[in-house]
Amino acid sequence: MDYRSPGSAKEAVDMLAASGSNAHVLAGGTDLLVKIRTGMLEPQVVIDLKNIPAIRGVTADASGFRIGAATSCAELGEHSALKAAWPGVVEALRLIGSTQIQGRASLGGNLCNASPAADSVPALIAAGAICEVFGARGSRDVPVEQVVVSPGRTSLARDEFIMALRLPQPPARSGDAYLRLIPRTEMDIAVVGCGVALRLDEAGICTHARVGLGAVAPTPLLVEAGATALIGTRVDDKALAALAVATSAACKPINDKRGTVDYRVKVAGVLAQRAARNALKRAKGEKLEAQHG
Amino acid sequence: MAKQHVSTTVNGEPVEFLCAPEQTLLDVLRDELHLTGSKEGCATGDCGACSVTLDGRLVCSCLVLGAEVGGRKIETIEGMAKGDELHPLQKKFIEHAALQCGICTPGVLIAAKSLLERNPDPSETEVRYWLAGNLCRCTGYDKIVRAVMDAAADMRSA
Repeated sequence: MDYRSPGSAKEAVDMLAASGSNAHVLAGGTDLLVKIRTGMLEPQVVIDLKNIPAIRGVTADASGFRIGAATSCAELGEHSALKAAWPGVVEALRLIGSTQIQGRASLGGNLCNASPAADSVPALIAAGAICEVFGARGSRDVPVEQVVVSPGRTSLARDEFIMALRLPQPPARSGDAYLRLIPRTEMDIAVVGCGVALRLDEAGICTHARVGLGAVAPTPLLVEAGATALIGTRVDDKALAALAVATSAACKPINDKRGTVDYRVKVAGVLAQRAARNALKRAKGEKLEAQHG
Repeated sequence: MAKQHVSTTVNGEPVEFLCAPEQTLLDVLRDELHLTGSKEGCATGDCGACSVTLDGRLVCSCLVLGAEVGGRKIETIEGMAKGDELHPLQKKFIEHAALQCGICTPGVLIAAKSLLERNPDPSETEVRYWLAGNLCRCTGYDKIVRAVMDAAADMRSA
């Protein structure tokens, strides 16, 4: 194995193009180094992206946030403006692994590892995050829900990587939330994860909604029927019941030790309702109970 | 591939080493620098026995490549005591018998120190969540949590 550490995006793309199929990009390494260690992957070249300045840190302006794809989750969790604007995204990314994992894990890595159960992804889908994908032909924008195509696979070309994720500044009366179910209180893989983002008009009617769903299909999902169930309503019990039905209907889960198909389908609807309630509270400027993790 | 030459800082001391590209920071600490306090429990980032700080950030050294740490600042368990003077956390771990076999202890101490640097007055819940990535198969965690809370109280009044 060879280790390379390019100082610019162009240099990284040239290295990827020159290295062929057995090069892997490295961000936080919390998935890649485990796969190398256990023999699942045997890359000839590891290209560490963290010395590319534009891939680290968060910048915010009037239009929104640009999150460097290799910024650690610990750093993102300490970003008070990001937390205030997108609390659902931040509560999701804070659930990835332990304190130690948080010190290294990144949004670009969580997304490109392409696990159906990645915690940050449903919340990013709900938030409408856009990925800046960089490659030999320059930069292109890809909606986050179009990145993962099957377990472990992304839509990125071999010489492409994600440089950053962009989130808009949320308009007034918006809120987002993420909830996941795991069999214990901490440090496990989601049985179901659900992110909801919504916006209300001055009369309290939902004008915009997005629902992201994880761990219940081969890829994280954008549940458009879930959003339809909320838009035009006051996000009341009737709308929430319709949301639950739509969310459960979107599931195509597996049976495994963490949950059966029936259980996951049922829980997806329940979590979607609870996440929508939390997002609604935030849109109305109400506080949620303190959460740990 | 030739070995990488890396210059870095470990426990305040400038250090240079040669490492193979696939060697982790944990491999380098233990096998090249002979700092064997950091332990390998799982090698997959689940157990926390290899915890160190990298530029002040708590990480699993088994999930960092040695080649990545050029110019960084690494703190390990070997830097925790000042000469013969134990860190308050170390003293409290002895006082509360917060260890049995001891394999997890260096990682727990480094993680707890990192917590108290950020939050000198954590609740028990905060201590338990912060340390959720440090597995201990002996103590049942209770004595560890009590030792950390007691050390925090002492450090606040010092």
